[in-house]
Amino acid sequence: MKLKLTALASAALLASAIGSTAHAADEIKVGIILGFTGPIESLTPDMAAAAELAFKEASDSGKLLDGSTIAVERADSTCVDAAAATAAGERLISSENVAAIMGADCSGVTTALANNVAVPNGVVMISPSATSPALTTIEDNGFFFRTAPSDARQGQVLADILIARDIKEIAVTYTNNDYGKGLADSFGEAFAALGGEVAISAAHEDGKGDYSAEVGALSASGAPELAVFGYIDQGGRGIIQAALDSGAFERFIVADGMIGDSLAENVDGDLTGTFGTLPGNESDGAAKLTEMLTEAGAKGDGPFTAESYDAAALIVLAMQKGGSADRESIQANIMAVANEPGEKIFPGELAKALEILAEGGDVDYEGATTVKLDDVGETAGTYKELEIVDGKFDTVKIH
Amino acid sequence: MPETTDILNALVLFGNFVFMPALSYGSQLALGALGVTLLFGILRFANFAHGDTMAFGAMVAVLVTWWLQSLGVSLGPLPTALLALPVAILATSLLVLLFDKYVYRYYRKQKSPPVMLAIVSVGVMFMTNAIVRFIIGPDDQRFSDGQKFLVRARDFKEATGLNEGIAIKTSSVITIVVTVVVVVALFWFLNRSKTGKAMRAFSDNEDLALLSGVNPDRIVLITWLITAALATIAGVLYGLDKSFKPFTYFQMLLPIFAAAIVGGIGQPVGAILGGYIIAFSELAVTYAYKKFFRYLLPEGSEPDSLVQLLSTDYKFAVSFIILVVVLLVRPTGIVKGKVI
Repeated sequence: MKLKLTALASAALLASAIGSTAHAADEIKVGIILGFTGPIESLTPDMAAAAELAFKEASDSGKLLDGSTIAVERADSTCVDAAAATAAGERLISSENVAAIMGADCSGVTTALANNVAVPNGVVMISPSATSPALTTIEDNGFFFRTAPSDARQGQVLADILIARDIKEIAVTYTNNDYGKGLADSFGEAFAALGGEVAISAAHEDGKGDYSAEVGALSASGAPELAVFGYIDQGGRGIIQAALDSGAFERFIVADGMIGDSLAENVDGDLTGTFGTLPGNESDGAAKLTEMLTEAGAKGDGPFTAESYDAAALIVLAMQKGGSADRESIQANIMAVANEPGEKIFPGELAKALEILAEGGDVDYEGATTVKLDDVGETAGTYKELEIVDGKFDTVKIH
Repeated sequence: MPETTDILNALVLFGNFVFMPALSYGSQLALGALGVTLLFGILRFANFAHGDTMAFGAMVAVLVTWWLQSLGVSLGPLPTALLALPVAILATSLLVLLFDKYVYRYYRKQKSPPVMLAIVSVGVMFMTNAIVRFIIGPDDQRFSDGQKFLVRARDFKEATGLNEGIAIKTSSVITIVVTVVVVVALFWFLNRSKTGKAMRAFSDNEDLALLSGVNPDRIVLITWLITAALATIAGVLYGLDKSFKPFTYFQMLLPIFAAAIVGGIGQPVGAILGGYIIAFSELAVTYAYKKFFRYLLPEGSEPDSLVQLLSTDYKFAVSFIILVVVLLVRPTGIVKGKVI
């Protein structure tokens, strides 16, 4: 038995050795750097799977740069530890020699990676989920892109929705970090510009047992409604629970970090009428991707999976457009494949796009999130307006 | 002169956001501080593991409650966790006795100074903390059931016609009732029973008590049992009233110690007093009085600002400030306790 196993193993080794020599010439290495450990480790496996799905689609088509294939190298951004993320990024670029990077995920580490590793080395980085408004203005020399919209936009959309619903005065509480503060600020500005009044904007710390004092202060402001920009499994839920318990507020306005069916499940009390925004849309492209992902065994409608697929697809198409997996060539062609003119491309149509590009044509990659990059390389994004009806978030409208 | 309804509105508002929460939070702190103070008075060291002992007790209660719920057992309007309480107290007693046997006893026999025992308790704290997280994980767990409110804010508003409502949670009322029962029982035990008297004698003068034939091992055992029971009750009540999350019990260590020291460490009455003082100050100092004054002050003179002395971020700082002031001004605490 033991002998058999050894024989098998060596045969497998031999086969893989032969395999790698056969393809070594046209194998393009691409990095995926996401927080496989850390606060969003439950989301990243599906995000990585979505990106790998796009790379695989391109490789399997046999049309990418005359039959080249893509080899994915994963690295861990940890989501919170900038030093660890930088080291992981260095490894991808220097020792793995990747052509481009899909990532990173959280805004803090993404900023660090872009500033310290990707931009100085001239490697394209496309983040599927970093939403901090601060990333708009970093010195990226055109090497940083993102398929997730900036929170500045979400603040604007939320403010528009409130005014449309005739809510003029509001109390705001946000989780005390870059995400919460950035969103609260951009929302406050947009809301004030539209004639609304933020009666109080107070931070809350995550991970506490009791939020009744915070709710007391928020309710004392006299505002009739409360906006909660926090996390669904953290302080955000605690605030909502304490507000319902004390009868301070009856419905809530929430942002993407608070949206999920577990909110209504885990909060005691009636949340009907609570509404909020989440990046995404319900286009055919998104539906198609959900189907493809479910087939591939990943969670089809997981947060930021569509953005991940689109980020990976953009990298592949940019290679094909420039006719080379060269780092600069990828950077120079991202905008061209993401925007008009050209044939619109949706998930599952990468083979078609690669063929058009190989023949010298143009494509306008729409993907699952209607990708459209502006001059700083960001997508404006679309948002779903959701409202809780019968204990579940329902899409009301797309903005 | 404000109208009567305005005064009532202001009072109800204050009651809902400051008085009721402070009363239940204060009771939970008082129970926690009682455990710390008893241990300090009799075993003579500051037990830093107390917060995590509370977490352990609450964790056992959560697990037993889940099991009972799966069997369909319920107490009707009362939370099932009350049924789980005796089991949780037993399990926690077992844990602290194990720690005493294998950790604290060695240092006690060595006649180690209190500081060393306090440091040892920090080690025990980390171990307990790890055990709890290992078993139940670091996340929020839900185990409360039964009727959540005695009085809902909305019903109160409708019934009285006032603008403000007061919500009275079942868990708050249970907390207060249980605290009163436990405190009365404890005081009866310490002041009337023979063992209680022996404990007080031991605390007052160890050598004299030993000469009078008090069995020290028995005193230590009973002290641990009472401490475990107090910690479990406090932990379960806090979990029922707020939420069960292992880390929050560790955070409660500061207000609990502040309560014990402010009241006078080693003094059970002081611990209770201290618990309520800390809770009321935390909530009263961080509450924003804008709406409160809007009801009371004549029109035109309402404040524009929130009238909040300290942001709620500084809630824990309040107990710290009180602690420092008491140590500077009256190191023995309100009821004359031991000087640390």
